[in-house]
Amino acid sequence: MRSRIATVASLLIAAAVLSVLPFVISDYNVSLVARVGVFFIAVLGLDILTGYTGQISIGHGAFMAIGGYTTAVLSRDHDTNLIVTMLIAFAICFVVGLLVGLPALRLSGAYLALVTFALAVSVPLLPLKWSSFLGGRDGVQTSHEVSNLWLYGVAWAASAVLFVLAWLILRGRVGRAFRAVRDSEIAAVASGIELPVYKTLAFGISAAYAGVAGSLFVLANNGFAAPDEFGVVLSLQILIGAAVAGLGSLWGVLAGAAFVGLLPSVSSSVPVIGSTHGQDVVFGAAVILVMLLLPDGFAGLLTRIRRLARA
Amino acid sequence: MALLALDHARLRFGGIVALDDVSLEVEDRSIVGLIGPNGAGKTTAFNAITRLYRLDSGDIVFDGRSLRRVRPSRVIRLGIARTFQNLELFPRMTVLENVLVGAHPATRLHREREQRRHALETLADVGIAEHAERPAAGLPYGTLKRVELARALASLPRLLLLDEPAGGLNHEEVDELVGLIRRLRDERELTILLVEHHMRLVMEVCEHVHVLDFGRTIAAGLPADVQRDPAVIQAYLGGELAA
Repeated sequence: MRSRIATVASLLIAAAVLSVLPFVISDYNVSLVARVGVFFIAVLGLDILTGYTGQISIGHGAFMAIGGYTTAVLSRDHDTNLIVTMLIAFAICFVVGLLVGLPALRLSGAYLALVTFALAVSVPLLPLKWSSFLGGRDGVQTSHEVSNLWLYGVAWAASAVLFVLAWLILRGRVGRAFRAVRDSEIAAVASGIELPVYKTLAFGISAAYAGVAGSLFVLANNGFAAPDEFGVVLSLQILIGAAVAGLGSLWGVLAGAAFVGLLPSVSSSVPVIGSTHGQDVVFGAAVILVMLLLPDGFAGLLTRIRRLARA
Repeated sequence: MALLALDHARLRFGGIVALDDVSLEVEDRSIVGLIGPNGAGKTTAFNAITRLYRLDSGDIVFDGRSLRRVRPSRVIRLGIARTFQNLELFPRMTVLENVLVGAHPATRLHREREQRRHALETLADVGIAEHAERPAAGLPYGTLKRVELARALASLPRLLLLDEPAGGLNHEEVDELVGLIRRLRDERELTILLVEHHMRLVMEVCEHVHVLDFGRTIAAGLPADVQRDPAVIQAYLGGELAA
């Protein structure tokens, strides 16, 4: 009971801070925090897959690409409402995720990671193959651009909706089945859990989240979708975000999203090493440091603090 | 009629015959022991019954129905639950959550709150209710054995397969286990098939004993008779002594 009150309280605090924030910070910073919201959705999605079912994906940038191009093409060709394109991206990526989940039934660990890595490498190349439809190297431009405030509002509203959706899915029977599959497949099967159903379902949900994040990612990029934006590095960033987040904690996912969303921009203002390459150095060093100090991510740190506070 | 029957079950892994023409029957509401030296095929028999392994020939019939075409995840829905020799728990979940997973097939029909109450009752029934909210990882071995038992019971099975329930337990714990197994059978109208090396437990709780050696049945009958069987003594003590 006490933990439930604490959870609700922390949710309300997060919501309150996020709704006041855009009116007190500069427009540039609004765009930065909006970007964190985009990563929040992607990291949350990967957390469901990797944290809950133990399936690793280095390919979530590919799902973001599919979501992003869905929004860009629908907006360019039909001037579809951008929110509607996000819903369509969610649906398309859910189906693609289910399909990608099928080979995952036979693969695990490093082998599954390699398959998803192949996805991350190959999907961004598809626009070059179908260049008349997907714009080739020149990319696709949405019919209109959105303001930073619009992006901030939509990104965090979507984050809130998807967070509640994840909570509803994960709190009961389905969430337990996901974690059972992660901890012991053999015992899960003996307990009547259908591995194919839950493994592909987790992939579908996770990909759908990445799809929405991809839509917003394109909008954050002035409505421009291009192959280079969805490179392998993006997939790695989401994976790093999930590792920093740890398992199943709102604050963990926020920290993971902030880490990958903000650090590159913040570190470029660091004197001396703050050049383009210095930015990569700072990011890499921070990743190593976090993994050394927080093997269970930010969520693990919170658990440790709570245990200390109780003792 | 027997609740469970293996009918000329045969299973080989490459050159090794793990089950060689094994036939055995488990009567409804009986406690049957499946014993034999290491590598005799006892756990293999469990894995065949729960469909983790596929028989090469022969059949397994539960409650008049052949299990040959049943998927592994459906076995529990027919009323067969099991424990594992070397613990197959969900270490990063709490004890209560472990038991709730055991009730997975039923949770669709029942409300979550009802399932939690039922899971807590099951934990109390096997005497570990106080550990409900602890993570499974880090609990003592004997407690973890009970968690597995509770998880199996949570599905309200008709047939319970226990793979070495006394493994790693001390003298007093084995005594408790004897009483617990008998009580569970009586109160829950269970049928129990257990694999065990602990002979005192087998002799005290089993009404019928089936002995395997190198995948073959070498003896079957009342515990006292089996214990005196020359073939059984030879299998356990080794050929050189009996020769």
